[in-house]
Amino acid sequence: MIPAKFDYVRPASVDAAVQTLAGGGDDAKVIAGGQSLLPLLRLRLAYPTLLVDLADLDELRGVTDDGSHLLIGARTTLYQIVHDPLIREHCGLLAEAAGTVADPAVRHRATLGGSLAHADPAGDLPAVSLALDATLIARGLGGERQIPASAFFVDYLTTSLAPGEILTGIRVPKLGASWGYRYEKFHRTAQAWAIVGVAALVRRSDGQVAEARVGLTNMGSVPIRAAAVESAAVGAQASAGALQAAAAGAAEGTQPPADLHGAPDYRRHLARVLTGRALEAAAGV
Amino acid sequence: MTATQQAPVAELGRARLRKEDARLITGQTTWTDNLQLPGMLHMAFVRSPFAHARITNVDVSGALSQPGVVAAFSGADLAAEQGSLPCAWPVTEDIVIPAHPPMAVDEVRYVGEAVAVVVARDRYAAADAAAAVDVDYEPLPPVLDMRSALEPGSPTVHEAGNKCYEWTFGGGDIDAAFAGAPVVLERTFRQQRLIPCAMEPRAVVAQWVGDQVTLWSATQIPHVLRFALAAFFGIPEQDIRVIAPDVGGGFGSKLQVTAEEVLAVLIGRKVGKPVKWTESRTEGNQTVHHGRDQWQRIRIAADTDGRLRGLDVSLLADMGAYLMLVTPGVPLLGAFMYNAIYKMDAYHFACTGVFTTKMPTDAYRGAGRPEATFAIERMMDELAAELGMEPLQLRERNWIKHEEFPYTTICGLTYDSGNYEAATAKARELFDYDTLRAEQHERNARQDPVRLGIGISTFTEMCGLAPSRVLGSLAYGAGGWEHAAIRMLPTGKVEVVTGSSAHGQGHETAWSQIVADQLGVPFEDIRVLHGDTQVSPKGMDTYGSRSLAVGGIALAQACDKVVAKARVIAAAMLEASADDLEFANGRFAVRGDPEAAKTIQEIALAAFAAHDLPEGVEPSLDSEATYDPDNFSFPHGTHLCATEVDTQTGFVTIRSYVAVDDVGVVVNPLIVEGQVHGGIAQGIAQALYEEGVYDDDGNLVTTTLADYLVPAAPDLPSYRTERTTTPASNRLGVKGVGEAGTIASTPAVVNAIVDALRPLGVRDVTMPCTPERVWRAIQAASNGGAA
Repeated sequence: MIPAKFDYVRPASVDAAVQTLAGGGDDAKVIAGGQSLLPLLRLRLAYPTLLVDLADLDELRGVTDDGSHLLIGARTTLYQIVHDPLIREHCGLLAEAAGTVADPAVRHRATLGGSLAHADPAGDLPAVSLALDATLIARGLGGERQIPASAFFVDYLTTSLAPGEILTGIRVPKLGASWGYRYEKFHRTAQAWAIVGVAALVRRSDGQVAEARVGLTNMGSVPIRAAAVESAAVGAQASAGALQAAAAGAAEGTQPPADLHGAPDYRRHLARVLTGRALEAAAGV
Repeated sequence: MTATQQAPVAELGRARLRKEDARLITGQTTWTDNLQLPGMLHMAFVRSPFAHARITNVDVSGALSQPGVVAAFSGADLAAEQGSLPCAWPVTEDIVIPAHPPMAVDEVRYVGEAVAVVVARDRYAAADAAAAVDVDYEPLPPVLDMRSALEPGSPTVHEAGNKCYEWTFGGGDIDAAFAGAPVVLERTFRQQRLIPCAMEPRAVVAQWVGDQVTLWSATQIPHVLRFALAAFFGIPEQDIRVIAPDVGGGFGSKLQVTAEEVLAVLIGRKVGKPVKWTESRTEGNQTVHHGRDQWQRIRIAADTDGRLRGLDVSLLADMGAYLMLVTPGVPLLGAFMYNAIYKMDAYHFACTGVFTTKMPTDAYRGAGRPEATFAIERMMDELAAELGMEPLQLRERNWIKHEEFPYTTICGLTYDSGNYEAATAKARELFDYDTLRAEQHERNARQDPVRLGIGISTFTEMCGLAPSRVLGSLAYGAGGWEHAAIRMLPTGKVEVVTGSSAHGQGHETAWSQIVADQLGVPFEDIRVLHGDTQVSPKGMDTYGSRSLAVGGIALAQACDKVVAKARVIAAAMLEASADDLEFANGRFAVRGDPEAAKTIQEIALAAFAAHDLPEGVEPSLDSEATYDPDNFSFPHGTHLCATEVDTQTGFVTIRSYVAVDDVGVVVNPLIVEGQVHGGIAQGIAQALYEEGVYDDDGNLVTTTLADYLVPAAPDLPSYRTERTTTPASNRLGVKGVGEAGTIASTPAVVNAIVDALRPLGVRDVTMPCTPERVWRAIQAASNGGAA
C-alpha cells in the first residue's frame, strides 16, 4: 500500500484522542481496525493529513450488561462480537450479521464502531443497528452525546457525528426470548459486499407477529427501516404466506444503487424475497 | 537384487509434499519485490485515464521539483530508443501489427497505458510525484464493442482499421455436411473478458553494471524475455541476464514481454542506478494482459440419431489495443479443439481478430482451449435437448472409442491415447448420476423453486506445447522444445537444471522424483535449479502445460546420458564389459556377480578425480538434453457438476462436483490434485464470478478484488476427484495437467445451470452466470421470450 503522506498519533486516552482529533482540523480521521479506511488510503481516494489511531484505547473494547441494555465498546472487533456470550444471548442478530462480514482476517481487525461510523449503506451492521434500535454514544470536546441509530446515518458515508467527535460505544436493548431474528445477506461471494441485506427481528405471541423490525442494507444511500413491512407484519399470522405478503412492501420508498452486481429493479425484487425469508426465519416459521 | 539391497520405493507416483512449499508459503524467499540493491530507485508510472486520446503535451517538471525525485520521462523522451513491444505470432501474412511503444508517445489506446514515469528514491515519493506530472489529452472516440468495431463508419483504434486478421481452417466438406442435415442448431456464446489475478503482482528490478544488465522479473519466461530484449531492443544477448526468482503464479499473465520490463531496462540505463517497480492490484487489473473475450457463433449439423455431421465455428476475438506476445494466436490454439473428442464428417473454423481500445488480450490458463471446449460441450447439451436424447448418450454416440486410438481427428491432430468410456463410467458412478437424475425429475414435477441441474463436460485438450514444426507451420516465432541438464557433483549429489520456469507448479519436487528414479539417487540429494539464464541458459519456459510433458522428457533423456557414461566408467572400474552390467537403484552390478558393483555416487567421484578414466572418456558425469516433442499431449476426462438454482433470486449453488481426469502416468499425485483443484476453481470462476468490465467510456470498472470477484474457499464446493490412467505415447507416459481443470469445468457448470432451468424455457445464460443474469433469464423465458 502506497498511500499519500499523513501524520499518525496513537493517543493513550479517549480525552486525548478527542483533543487530538479536534486539533487536527477537517482532514484528521479516526482509524480503528482500518477495514474501511485502509482501502481508501490504498486507492488514494482519501487524503487525511492526520490519522488518530484508537488502537491503545482498551476502555473502548468489550461488552457490559447494564440490566436492560448491552453496552458495546466501539473498538470491539467483529470477531469478538460473533463470539461474545452476552451478545449471542441478548442480541444474536448482531452476532449473526457480524459473522457474515468479509473474512476471518478482516473480522479480527474490523470494529463495530468503525463499521457504523464509516456509514457505508452496503455495510451489514448499520442496518442491523437500525433494526436493533441501538443508541450510538459519541464523545467530543463538549462531552458525551447519545444519538439514536435512526438519526445517525445521514447520507452515503456520512453520519451525524460532529467534527471532532469520536464514536465510543453502542447501547443495544436486550431482546427477550420471545424475539427471533435473521440477517439475510445476499452476496455473490463470501467476501463480497451485500447486494441486498435484510435484518429482521420478530416477536411472536400466540402464533401471531406482535412486533417486527426490519432494516435494509444497500437499498439506498443510507441503511433504512422497511416501515411498510413492519406495519403489515404486526398482527399477521406467523405463517409463510402471511409473512411473504407482508414482505411485498419491502422495496417501498427505497432507492437502491445500480452497479455491477445488480440493477435497482433486481435489488427491489431481492429485497422482497429476502425480507420474506428473513421474516419467516425470525418468526420461526 | 541381493538380500542386502533393499529396493527403494519408486518415486514416480509418490505423493510427496513439495520441497519448495515451506519457503513459498511463509514468504521466506526472494520474491522480486523483496530485492533490495544498493542505491536502488523506484519507478511510478503515470497512466492514461482515457480509453483513446491524442497526447498533446506531457510536462514532467512538476514531478521533478518534488522531494526525492531523481528523474522523470515522457514517452517522447524515450521515443528514440524504446522500440516496439514484440508480437511473436503473426498468424497471417496480411495481419495488422501496429507499433506498440512501451510508453505511449502520440496517442493512448486504453485506460492504464503508460504515458510517463517518475523515478524517485522511494516508492512513496515516486507515487506522490507521479500525480504532479501534467498530461494534456485530446479525447478520441473509444472503440469498445468488437462487433460494431467492424461496421463501416466505426471509429478506429489504429489507422489501418479495426480488423487485425482473419484466419480460417477446416477439414472435410462442410457444405456437404450441412446440406440436407436433418438437424442444424446455431448458438452464439460470449466468452467474457477475464483478468488474471496471480497472487504475486508483477514486479521488476533492472540493474546495469557496465554494459551488462540483469533483469529480475516475476515472469514465466526468463529465456524468451532475454531473447526478446536482445532481438527487439538492441541489447547484445550476451550482456543480458534475466532472473525469474520465486514467482507467485502467472496463469499465462506472466507469459509476456511487458512494457514495464522493457522500460525498467531502459530507464535503469538512463539513471545509472538499479530501478524497481511493483504494480498495485489496481494497476495490475488495468495493465496485465487480459484473457478470453470472444464472441462465438457455433453451428452444428447432425443426423436424427445424434451422429455429428459437421461443426462450423465463427469467432470474433478481441485483441484489445495492441498485439502482445501471442495475442493473435490464442484463438488458433482453440481452433484444433472445437471438435474435441468427437468424430464428425467436416469442420470449419474462422476467426476475425478485432482491435478495441481496451487492454490487449493474450494467453490465460487454457488459452483458446477453454473457449473451444465450452462451445462444443454447451452445443452437445443443446443438441441432446433438441433431439430428446440423454446428453451422455449423445456424447458416447460420437466420441472416439478407446480401441480407435491413435486417432487422427478432422483437424488433422493425432490423439495418441485416451479412454473416454472409462473416465465417464467412473465419473458417473462417483456422481451417482442416475439417482441425481431421478431427483431432478421429481423436483421438476413438483415445480420446486430451487431447481437441480446436471452439467456434463467430457473434454480433452491439446497441451505440452509444442512440436516445433507445428509451431512453425502456424507462423509462431519460436520452437517448442525444452532443455534439461544434470550436474553430477563429486560427492554424489545432483543438481538438476531445467529450462522450464516454475512459478508455483512444483518442479523442484517432481523433477527430483523423476531423477531419483532414473539415477537411483535419494530424493533429498537432488537440487533443482531454474529461472536464471546464467544458471539455466537454455529453455522455452513454462506455459501450455508443457513443463512435464516436454521438459520432463528432456530430463529423462539427460538422465539416460548420465547412465550411459557412468556405465562405461563403471565397466572400467569393475574390469567388466559394459554389456555385462545391470543398472538398478543407482548401482551398476556385474551380471551373475551382484557383489561386484559400483554406485553412481562412486562413479561420480571417479569421473571427478579422473585418475583412471577409460581412453576417450571426458571427466565429469554431467549431461544435457533437449527434447522436441513429436506430438501434443492430450489429457482428457469427464467432469460432472450438480447445481441448485434458486429461481427466486437466481443464486447458483454447486452441490456436487466430480472430476475424473486422465493425465497419463502421474509423477506426484498431490501436485496433480492441486492442479486439478485450482484449475476447476478457475473454470468455475469464469462460469459464475469473474468478468473484466469496461464502462461506456472505456474505463475499467473492475479495478479491485471487490469488483472483480475471484472466488475463495467458502465459495467453492469440495470436489470429488479420481483418475483413470491411459499412458501417453512419450517415454514417461505423462500428459499435461496445468490447464485441464480450467478447460473442463466452465461448461460443466453452465450446462448444469441451463439443465436446471430448461424446463422453465431457459436455453442459455451468459457468463458469468451472476444471480441477476440467471434471474433475468428466468424472467425472460417465463415472459415467453427466448432467454
